[in-house]
Amino acid sequence: MFYREAGDFSTTYAQDNQTFPIKFDRYRYYVVLFIAIFVIPFIINDYWANSFLLPFLIYAIAAIGLNILVGYCGQVSLGTGGFMAVGAYACYKFMTGVDIWWGGELLFRLPQFNIFFSVIMGGVMTALVGVLFGLPSLRIKGFYLAVATLAAQFFLVWLFNRVSWFYNYSASGQINAPERDLAGILITGPQTEPWATYLFCLFFTIVCAVIARNMTRGASGRKWMAIRDMDIAAEIIGVNPLRAKLTAFAVSSFFIGISGALFFSVYLGAVEVGEAFGIQKSFLVLFMIIIGGLGSIFGSFAGAAFLVLLPVVLKIVGVDMLGWPTDIVAHFQLVIVGGLIVMFLILEPHGLAQLWRVAKEKLRLWPFPH
Amino acid sequence: MLDQTDSYQTADGRTIGPVVMEMKNITLRFGGVEAIKDISFDIREGEIRAIIGPNGAGKSSMLNVISGFYVPQEGEVWYKGSRRPAMKPFQVARQGIARTFQNIALFEGMTVLDNVMTGRLTHMETGLFAQSLWKGKAEAEEIANREVAEKIIDFLEIQAIRKTPVARLPYGLKKRVELARALAAEPTILLLDEPMAGMNVEEKEDMSRFILDVNDEFGTTIALIEHDMGVVMDLSDRVVVMDYGKKIGDGTPDEVRNNQEVIDAYLGVAHD
Amino acid sequence: MNEQLAFTIEVFLNGLMAGVLYALVALGFVLIYKASGIFNYAQGVMALFAAMTLVGIQNGQVPFAHLINAIFGTDVHKFGWHVHSFAAILLTVIVMIALAWMVQQFVFKHLVGQEPIILFMATIGLAYFLEGVADLMWGSELKALNVCASEGNCLPQGMNVWLEGTTYEALGYGFFIDNLDIVASIVAAVLVAGLVIFAQYTKQGRAMRAVADDHQAALSVGVSLNFIWVLVWSLAGFVALVAGIMWGAKSGVQFSLSLIALKALPVLMLGGFTSIPGAIIGGLIIGVGEKLFEFLIGAPFLGGATENWFAYMLALVFLVFRPQGLFGEKIIERV
Repeated sequence: MFYREAGDFSTTYAQDNQTFPIKFDRYRYYVVLFIAIFVIPFIINDYWANSFLLPFLIYAIAAIGLNILVGYCGQVSLGTGGFMAVGAYACYKFMTGVDIWWGGELLFRLPQFNIFFSVIMGGVMTALVGVLFGLPSLRIKGFYLAVATLAAQFFLVWLFNRVSWFYNYSASGQINAPERDLAGILITGPQTEPWATYLFCLFFTIVCAVIARNMTRGASGRKWMAIRDMDIAAEIIGVNPLRAKLTAFAVSSFFIGISGALFFSVYLGAVEVGEAFGIQKSFLVLFMIIIGGLGSIFGSFAGAAFLVLLPVVLKIVGVDMLGWPTDIVAHFQLVIVGGLIVMFLILEPHGLAQLWRVAKEKLRLWPFPH
Repeated sequence: MLDQTDSYQTADGRTIGPVVMEMKNITLRFGGVEAIKDISFDIREGEIRAIIGPNGAGKSSMLNVISGFYVPQEGEVWYKGSRRPAMKPFQVARQGIARTFQNIALFEGMTVLDNVMTGRLTHMETGLFAQSLWKGKAEAEEIANREVAEKIIDFLEIQAIRKTPVARLPYGLKKRVELARALAAEPTILLLDEPMAGMNVEEKEDMSRFILDVNDEFGTTIALIEHDMGVVMDLSDRVVVMDYGKKIGDGTPDEVRNNQEVIDAYLGVAHD
Repeated sequence: MNEQLAFTIEVFLNGLMAGVLYALVALGFVLIYKASGIFNYAQGVMALFAAMTLVGIQNGQVPFAHLINAIFGTDVHKFGWHVHSFAAILLTVIVMIALAWMVQQFVFKHLVGQEPIILFMATIGLAYFLEGVADLMWGSELKALNVCASEGNCLPQGMNVWLEGTTYEALGYGFFIDNLDIVASIVAAVLVAGLVIFAQYTKQGRAMRAVADDHQAALSVGVSLNFIWVLVWSLAGFVALVAGIMWGAKSGVQFSLSLIALKALPVLMLGGFTSIPGAIIGGLIIGVGEKLFEFLIGAPFLGGATENWFAYMLALVFLVFRPQGLFGEKIIERV
């Protein structure tokens, strides 16, 4: 009744290939976009930007990236935290001007990139590192690979901790995002307006989601899914497994790098690598796509929203309303997140995205049960 | 005796062309086990070539050699008049050799349409960047290939299940989808590994009809492994018989049927 | 004796001792993996949970005290008694068996037949869950753990004076080795031997190996899969308890104890997920390797703390050249 596809026929293959073949979905998508771009910036405040909107947008990018690798290509990675760190540090270096040394002498220094291109460079550098750590995936499979990606996680965090070049020899070992603007509007630094940072992140999120959607609905997506479902058969029908896996690693890492760059430069402003990009971050993003739905772009958003909101809600309920100590609420959060993961894997391995699909099925038939 | 480049007409009026693939003295070992011992045979353009033999005769291994999945220790594979260098399975596929599998190897997480479209991957070459933009080159290529895929889907009468996830299909239909995926590649040679295993009589008849139609309409060369003797004798133009990794017979169904060695292999021979 | 060489040998010996502990944790992984195909990431948290439970019982802590206090506004913390170490260990074993039963009943019974990677992710969820429960139950602060047979007769701490003295007299250089490490090595060796004997010579052990080989076949000859799985999870819980005691006695019981699981992962990649000797030898290689690398290359040239990643890199490089691990058979792919 409310939601239907009757009378909504595709007459060309192009129509059939649309992201939202059903009119109702398409209109809802436009409405969401409209609200996100033209309404939220006017009503946004610091609390909502920092506690929900910014982390949601940024984690959504990381979740889309990881979903391409895990959900579409079937290569489980536990190195997300490390790859986000690459994005963050690359962004920092390009923001402040990359200095190249040789034999103890400063060879030259690149000009400082503006914030937009610094974030992009964060993605590009991470894609390169991702390909490097993706190389073993041709020989190592399943959770051997998952464990192998932990090597990336630990090594990268160690690297950014120990090599002072990455944090421009600062005494604290931290990186701090200097004040940067885009057309006179501050994007990084302590003086930013919430609407500006929000729109900046929103832009990247939308572009990444569209790119991910375009890749996964075409030839690349099918190559990845073929590798995921049965790599040997995929190779015999003509998919080059190394190439398919490496492109998945590259694209995935590119997104994760962008996410890390935004996380550092726009959201946190200052970062200590072990704290911000530790193994907990890898698990967090993995949980997002499990809860949201493996192999679904929408699921990446849903999972990110869910796990960003959960601590906020728990804090409001536990600390503010019930007056419990914060550490107990934090422990509860572990129990709930862990329990949810297990529950989703048992009951709904395709996550929130599948629940959403089922709900839509029901709505289409409403008020009839079948 | 026919020459390599000769063609001839069959009784039912089809034209069988020159040799398109030739296996020369293939030997394949797994550790100490010889799965294939010094086997040679050829496949001609447009023919239906059957490989038969008891279980464990090395038929599937032979198919795996043809599709590049196993690399034989000795022997040469000649394809379209030149020796095929050592290559990976995906490179073999790009040369126009498609196959189905004994234990269905479909991509269970994808729909029927997507599975058939994976068969077109060897014909799609838009780069990552163009794909990320979608509009333009990527979309045009997608639609062009979709048309081919839809033709195959029509041909094999699986339109109704186009958007069904493969995991939900019954066995017989899965076999047909797998055939569709292989056909979508528009292969020069189509390899079928026991296309009728586990089917009942009607399903076998359907499948036989599809195989004949494919050969007839697209002129596809087919090499198949099958256990059902009746089917093999009816379908194929020439038959290779294998036993314990050796070739024990090669010729038309009639020739093979009357070959003493073949009879012994199938019926057993008294050792006294 | 050459001082540098002596140092190196000492580092080597300490690496061996650390390796024994890695092997011990890895053993818990292998047990579960062999019998059920589950790669149990929660093994480390199980060790933490076991150690916290042991300390809690020893000190007579009220379980969930903080939570009860928060909800009911009460102020309970302790029962006010101390439980003898051996009784506490026994109680903890019972808790671990109950945990094994619950894990099987509520989680993995419902995941039978799923892909290994799904099971793996479920154990990551389980790890979070258990960690949260452990913290809620016993509090997350750092606790001291010691196991005492009687007053003043506890697990030995500090370095072994006898060994230092003897080696000093014999070689002119006193080796510095922790008493606790020596005890841990002996306990681990005994435990491994016990497990091997159990697996080889008892009825349950045979059933366990049968399940490991082929679930369906084992089922068809009358082995109860459920029982075997609870059994292996209990065994893994016991191994976790032993590992928890050793690590807890060394550096206290707190969250970081669960990270020993992360140390055991590369051990498994090296030794293979199914091989008990692989776990032991892999553990020793990693233990020695990371200590020597840190001593010879890491600290002097790379700024130190290379132990965090060395094991993983070693396992990664090793696997690229030998994907089946140290003791695995060559994989022949089939279609």
